[in-house]
Amino acid sequence: MALTGLEIYKLLPKTNCKECGFPTCLAFAMKLAQKGTELDKCPYVTDETRAALDAASAPPVKLVTVGAGERAFSVGNETVLFRHEKTFFNQPGLGVRLTDDDPDLAAHAAAVAGYTVERVGMMLSLDFIALENTSRDAATFARAAAATAAAADVPLVLLCEDAAAMGAALAEVAPARPLLHAATAANWQAMAALAVQHGCPLAIRSDGGDLEALAQLSENARGAGVEDLVLDPGTRRLGDSLAAFTQLRRLALKKSFRPFGFPLIAFAGGETVADQTVLAAQAVAKYAGLVVLDHGNAEGVYPLIALRQNIYTDPQKPIQVEPGLYQIGAPGADSPLLITTNFSLTYFSVSGEVEGSGAPAWLLVADADGQSVLTSWAAGKFDAEKIAKTVKESGVADKLTHKKLVIPGHVASLSGETEEELPGWQIMVGPREAVDIPSYLKTVWQSA
Amino acid sequence: MSVEIPKEKWPGAVREVTLGASHGAGTRAATVTVGGETTLPFLHFEGVMPHRPVVAAEVADAYPADWSPELLTTLGEAAHDPAAWASSVVEQGADLIALKLRSCHPERGDTSASDAVRVVDRVLAAVGVPLIVYGPGVADKDNEVLVAVAEATKGECICLANCEDKNYRTIVAAALGNGHVVAAFSPIDVNLAKQLNILISDMGLPLERVLMDPNTGALGYGIEYTYSVMERLRLATLMGDSMTQQPMICNVGEESWRQKESRVPEGVPAEWGEFATRGVLWETITATTVLESGADIVVLRHPRSIEQVQKSIADLMTPPGAAVAAASPSGPATATAS
Repeated sequence: MALTGLEIYKLLPKTNCKECGFPTCLAFAMKLAQKGTELDKCPYVTDETRAALDAASAPPVKLVTVGAGERAFSVGNETVLFRHEKTFFNQPGLGVRLTDDDPDLAAHAAAVAGYTVERVGMMLSLDFIALENTSRDAATFARAAAATAAAADVPLVLLCEDAAAMGAALAEVAPARPLLHAATAANWQAMAALAVQHGCPLAIRSDGGDLEALAQLSENARGAGVEDLVLDPGTRRLGDSLAAFTQLRRLALKKSFRPFGFPLIAFAGGETVADQTVLAAQAVAKYAGLVVLDHGNAEGVYPLIALRQNIYTDPQKPIQVEPGLYQIGAPGADSPLLITTNFSLTYFSVSGEVEGSGAPAWLLVADADGQSVLTSWAAGKFDAEKIAKTVKESGVADKLTHKKLVIPGHVASLSGETEEELPGWQIMVGPREAVDIPSYLKTVWQSA
Repeated sequence: MSVEIPKEKWPGAVREVTLGASHGAGTRAATVTVGGETTLPFLHFEGVMPHRPVVAAEVADAYPADWSPELLTTLGEAAHDPAAWASSVVEQGADLIALKLRSCHPERGDTSASDAVRVVDRVLAAVGVPLIVYGPGVADKDNEVLVAVAEATKGECICLANCEDKNYRTIVAAALGNGHVVAAFSPIDVNLAKQLNILISDMGLPLERVLMDPNTGALGYGIEYTYSVMERLRLATLMGDSMTQQPMICNVGEESWRQKESRVPEGVPAEWGEFATRGVLWETITATTVLESGADIVVLRHPRSIEQVQKSIADLMTPPGAAVAAASPSGPATATAS
């Protein structure tokens, strides 16, 4: 729990030396409490004070790392219920459940680990494999864990409630630091012992959203020495999960309820890919740290990866690209010239389509504060004057034998004004949607 | 170990808005009421959600040849006839019809106001559910067409859309004079949404006849902006800010089906998966995400999305611990049979 200004003041030297830049130690303490300055500004701070402040500023949701090595991922450290209040920090891991009796386990595991898709210039992937002890046989589970780890470089979540089978699997893969799922009221002592022995994170599970049982398990596991927990309230449908996950996040943030100060895991099963995707989408937006899917079908995974990227974008920092002149392919003096804005999504939609059209082109990106064409136009940041200024400053005219500029169809109304701002230029109105650019370049541009 | 569930005591609530008129006041078989929430979406442990969110199916007044091939294949012949189209989507689970007068657009046929009135009449005759009518989205033509429709359907309590900054005077006057509702559209901004509600209210239209459309960004194309603006609007509602307390409507189908993911079957990365399901999921996930941030009405296009979203709403409306009832598209939660 964060300390108040007065509590911090008591830990400071109280000499009012002013070296921190504040007139008094009290003023400095008040600013620290608001997180408006840093403790290091005080040259006389003691190690004791530093430790006390660090402990007090422990995150309300602990950062838990799953896996080891390059593809290990960390979840937790969240500080808000709503992304607009600040941002969501650590995007949830998305993984697929495989079974230990699957004859094609290695191939399926490699497919999950190998799934990668590009979106807005970023390479996005699945993060883990959840291996279930469906066989109920310890030796089979251990062999499957070893085979999965050999075939796939992503972290594992071991789904197994039999401590003997879990122990057998850990004998094979413990150094890879899998998440153990799950400790329940029935097996928590043995599971906690395994987690401590192997230094692995441990998921605790109650049934049907029973938070009291979950809190008890958390106390028990922490008492047994497990530091990294993941919480599973056992809810498996939309309504139940939304209530339980909201309550867990609220208790962690608003009440500093330590038993729930850990990331959450959601299981998005369901008969169909559609059922699963709806459940998983809710988990992505509503507080899950890990989301386990039953179906790894790309058409179900890709929308979730897109949603996760959207929800975890910092609202204060929309993803932008550098304004300027971009070459798509190897454009020549007679290649088309298009202009758009520097919102990342806009840029990648347009550049992707131009590239896909096969025709080399010049793409001029205007500085529109990282906003899309329509948004920046509505805000007066992408008008005729801005377009003219961007064209002039780019020096693109010297590279071309023509003077034709294609503007986005959404700002067709700017064409007249832009011709006035850019004497001698012909302003052409492109399509509204990037997806229509290839046919536009083939037809309208060709005949222009 | 005892755990005290934290509950907020919200002073405000979403207003209730009823669409359609029955009992002789209008010709609808049933009306649809939305709003009334006293908590954030679906948090039944904290407050009430007296009406489940509803699904409006989008119907175009003329064959939408520019739509995704997946939609055109699925809709088939019905897409050539708005009345048949409307009947079939109501059978498939739509609670409302959102009729888009696209062919009135100067670049899409420039059909007249009387053509528009004829289509609206045919759709009203074909279905018993309430109607939302969208103009072509060009201010001058919107005014001409929507005013004619409003007068011709006096008393039916249809929803006129969009009512925005540049045309609200005309649209609100048409709603006032003819007993209709308006959908107040603003571009993803809490203050602009609030401002428009104030302007509409100042003209004398009761806020019980105003929906707000915060402008929907599709999944992958700005949904995060819509999501956060809707959360902020709903929080303001619950905190008691009177001019933000309108039920929200989101044009999910139009936005999600114009993206490359849902429109282009070939020449895209294999990692995008199977085309038909991908498009349906693009729409479904956009819909469920805005529902969880506060939408009361989602406008959808694909019958499979309508089915999936209705099923999701039924689950979300079921309090924890209870068994989920089968999705009941025209279930008793909202529709009041005449």
